[in-house]
Amino acid sequence: MIELICIGCPRGCKLLIDENNDYTVTGHSCQIGVEYGKNEVLNPTRVLTTIVKIENAIHNCLPVKSSKPLPKEKLIEVSKALKEVVVKSPVKTNEIIVKNILNTGIDIVATRDM
Amino acid sequence: MYDVIIIGAGVVGCSTAYWLSQYEMSIALLETHNDVANGTTKANSGCMHAGYDPQPGSLMAKYNVEGSLMAKELCEKLDVPYSNDGSLVLAYNQQDRQTLQELYKRGIENGVKELYILDEKETRKLEPLLSEKVVGSLYAKTSAIIDPWQYTIALAEVAVENGVDLKLSNEVKAITKENDIFTITTSKGQYRCKYIINAAGVYSDVVHEMIGEKEFTIIPVRGQYFLLDKNEGEKVHLTLFQCPSKYGKGVAVCPTVHGNMIVGPNAETVQFEDLATTTEALNYIKERSALTMDCINFRDNIRNFAGVRARSDRQDFIIEESKSVKNFYNLAGMASPGLTAACAIGYHVIDWLNTKERFVKKENYKETRKKVRFKDLSFEEKNEMIAKNPAYGRIICRCEQVTEGEILDCFNSPIPPQSIDGIKRRTNAGMGRCQSGFCGEKVAMILKEKLNIEFNEILLDKEGSNILMSKAKEGDY
Amino acid sequence: MYDLIVVGAGPAGLSAALTAYENGLKKILVVERDKEMGGILNQCIHNGFGLHLFKKELTGPEFAGRFIEKIKETDIEIMLDTMVLDMDKNKNVYILNTNGYKKLSAKAIILAMGCRERTRGAIATPGDRGAGVYTAGAAQRYMNMNGYSVGNKVVILGSGDIGLIMARRMTLEGAKVLACIEINPYSAGLRRNIKQCLEDFDIPLYLSHTITDIKCTNNRVSKVIISKVDEAYNIIEGSEIEIKCDTVLLSIGLIPENELSKEADITIDERTKGPVVYENMETSVEGIFCCGNVVQVHDLADNVAMEAKKAAKAACKYILEEKTFVREIKVEANKPITYTIPQKIHLPIEEKVVDISFRTNKVLDKCVIKVTNSNGEVVCKYPREYVIPAELEKINVPVSLIKDEQNSITIYIEED
Repeated sequence: MIELICIGCPRGCKLLIDENNDYTVTGHSCQIGVEYGKNEVLNPTRVLTTIVKIENAIHNCLPVKSSKPLPKEKLIEVSKALKEVVVKSPVKTNEIIVKNILNTGIDIVATRDM
Repeated sequence: MYDVIIIGAGVVGCSTAYWLSQYEMSIALLETHNDVANGTTKANSGCMHAGYDPQPGSLMAKYNVEGSLMAKELCEKLDVPYSNDGSLVLAYNQQDRQTLQELYKRGIENGVKELYILDEKETRKLEPLLSEKVVGSLYAKTSAIIDPWQYTIALAEVAVENGVDLKLSNEVKAITKENDIFTITTSKGQYRCKYIINAAGVYSDVVHEMIGEKEFTIIPVRGQYFLLDKNEGEKVHLTLFQCPSKYGKGVAVCPTVHGNMIVGPNAETVQFEDLATTTEALNYIKERSALTMDCINFRDNIRNFAGVRARSDRQDFIIEESKSVKNFYNLAGMASPGLTAACAIGYHVIDWLNTKERFVKKENYKETRKKVRFKDLSFEEKNEMIAKNPAYGRIICRCEQVTEGEILDCFNSPIPPQSIDGIKRRTNAGMGRCQSGFCGEKVAMILKEKLNIEFNEILLDKEGSNILMSKAKEGDY
Repeated sequence: MYDLIVVGAGPAGLSAALTAYENGLKKILVVERDKEMGGILNQCIHNGFGLHLFKKELTGPEFAGRFIEKIKETDIEIMLDTMVLDMDKNKNVYILNTNGYKKLSAKAIILAMGCRERTRGAIATPGDRGAGVYTAGAAQRYMNMNGYSVGNKVVILGSGDIGLIMARRMTLEGAKVLACIEINPYSAGLRRNIKQCLEDFDIPLYLSHTITDIKCTNNRVSKVIISKVDEAYNIIEGSEIEIKCDTVLLSIGLIPENELSKEADITIDERTKGPVVYENMETSVEGIFCCGNVVQVHDLADNVAMEAKKAAKAACKYILEEKTFVREIKVEANKPITYTIPQKIHLPIEEKVVDISFRTNKVLDKCVIKVTNSNGEVVCKYPREYVIPAELEKINVPVSLIKDEQNSITIYIEED
């Protein structure tokens, strides 16, 4: 039995995942927990939220996120890989800043207009 | 080649520069740090003592009382916050009451006016929230509080406008003399002069011994403080001292000119400028302060700090020409009442110089300076300022209501700030209850732009206090 | 003369202004000191917002964006780069911007100024005072708005959410976070944040520890000493650990910002440092309402937005003079409940339910939250699996059960 805190929402339910029984999840309060529990044991992923440089804008940085959760161990690598990215304002929310970052099939998108 | 070089831009050095700059002479003012008032001057309770404390006949007594009488007019001229609230020395028992009588006699002998012995009832009338343990007090009406760093900066600014060469970030390393001319070597260069005024604070014995023999020793005595929120500041109206007893001088509870409450200091000898605060001392100060007021809410403390006083082994000021080096004048051992005495001490330095050479007063010189304090302006005045310069319409420090205009003004002053705390000392930005949580970043970015420096060169205060270390994604991971 | 002036365009102010507009108010002004709307959400670039309100996991800027988009479609007046310097109980506000210093009046005011961070002085951490000590939010602003990292080797004091979030932020941007130090035997932040901010990056969490000394070299932090504490928070001798670092981030609590409220003589609750409020978020001054972190420190922006809706609806009712209540009762709280919002309830009211939020200062497992009337009779109860200081707790009390109460109700918790 594997014990985990679900990070799907702020509730943080204590999940139990039975790796000997097809990774059945108990202790969840919603469907998010069921999916998260199995995924976290087999293939943990995280959404990356970070910043990239932007020019001619109200701030020097544009907040961005990965369009889908990335493999957990790739988070720092992806953040590093965005070092040289410089975006030009104006940018719209959800605009793709980097397509298919590091061949993950996942994009980096803006999380606000700037 | 200068006539006079003053070593140390604390309150004593800057006061000396201010008064000497009214005379026809070339003056340089050397300072180790990147700003004036960056030593003991900025880390004290801001009290301008009445003068009953020093021993009659001492230099401390003479200059304390004279300084206390000069302070109000000088602060008006310099547009420096000054408040003549008065002070109480609190008695807790019969022994203390006798001590108060001695202090009273001492005060009269020293020439202090408006000194009164009060009974318990009269004492509580002046200060309603005193602890129950208080049985009486010595009331000194002439006691006042000021902003010590604005005071020192103002003195230095006028001095600079009168022609004094201020050399910041110049740490004195060596002093030699040849044919009656001194050569001072600093971390940045060499300077020559005929007369040296040593106002180097905690380091004044070290500086003197660079060229002279040991004639006095400075014993650094650290004092720690609590600075509490203005809500607590409302509880105290006068500067409150505890009667000196066999347990020591006790701990003071004072209002500040900005409306805060200051509690402290303790007294402990340290190595030079060890400015750390310690759990033991802070607990001691908290406990002792309860004798004065037990309703102080220390959870509303906004800052702790420590200052090191330069006590001399003579237990008095040292104001004299060096016995081993001609034309080298020591202004040393400026522990309390140093802040109060500084304006008088600086004022009289010309008396010594005049025994060497005749220095003539200038025809024209500056004596005053004015400062914009936006939050103190009237409704109409505020709008006039904004019409002249819209930057006065943008608040940077919300706690102290300091505008962008005032911060930008600093960079047009005779001594522009070199650090975030330099801006704080000039404008109060960052001094409030959020301790620059809100304004810190804004002030830092203004400093970066006005000084045209890189982000990782922005200093909090002294050299080495860089606040930003790297850019995002450029660290070592 | 405005119908409504809202002070602050963070999640509370934006939600309040929009709700007021949707309820038919015409002349609405929002005053914001920053140069854009969004408040603190602009620097909260992490996700975890909007799960309740929008059923999606959004980042702070995305959450703010939802309100900002809607506001742009209205004729709500927004004054940016404008500070409210003063306010009085006659609902006049004194605003300052580059156009001048003006006095504005409104029929109702909603306060949404948020909160500030507790500083080192509040806990009197001794040591040197060189550069390198920041509140977590200040470090967050440097990083997320400017792209500057305040340091490379970081120790975080306090396991509140801001500290945990910054542990992750600093790590992702190149710093090494060496430890998170928490004085209580339990964490102050959400469990999900312990997981995704500390455990994910192998950052050790030292519970029951605090920083007892900060040492600087050449005017910059060079190490901290941490010590263990007992249940009474006394330092345990001999438990010191030295951690070499160049940065200390403080995440030791938030304090509602009520300087302005005090100017208007609004009664402040010393327990919350926020205004004493009624169930409709009205303060002790008629026509002045408040919502968001200025009232109590929230965990979720979603709840802030909902509280703001309440305040806005009440402001609208007030302006239209649709008052139903004639008296009020007090809401008392027994330990370990530290406070309740609201502290008072108007009666009679149209609403069917009164939301009461509160926090405890103790970790409680299975327990029951009980509400009694002034006769000591239990009028309702709410079982919980756990109640912890890190999570704002809420109960919905049916008005029908308290409508005849004349004095007060009391909220307390019984452990199983």
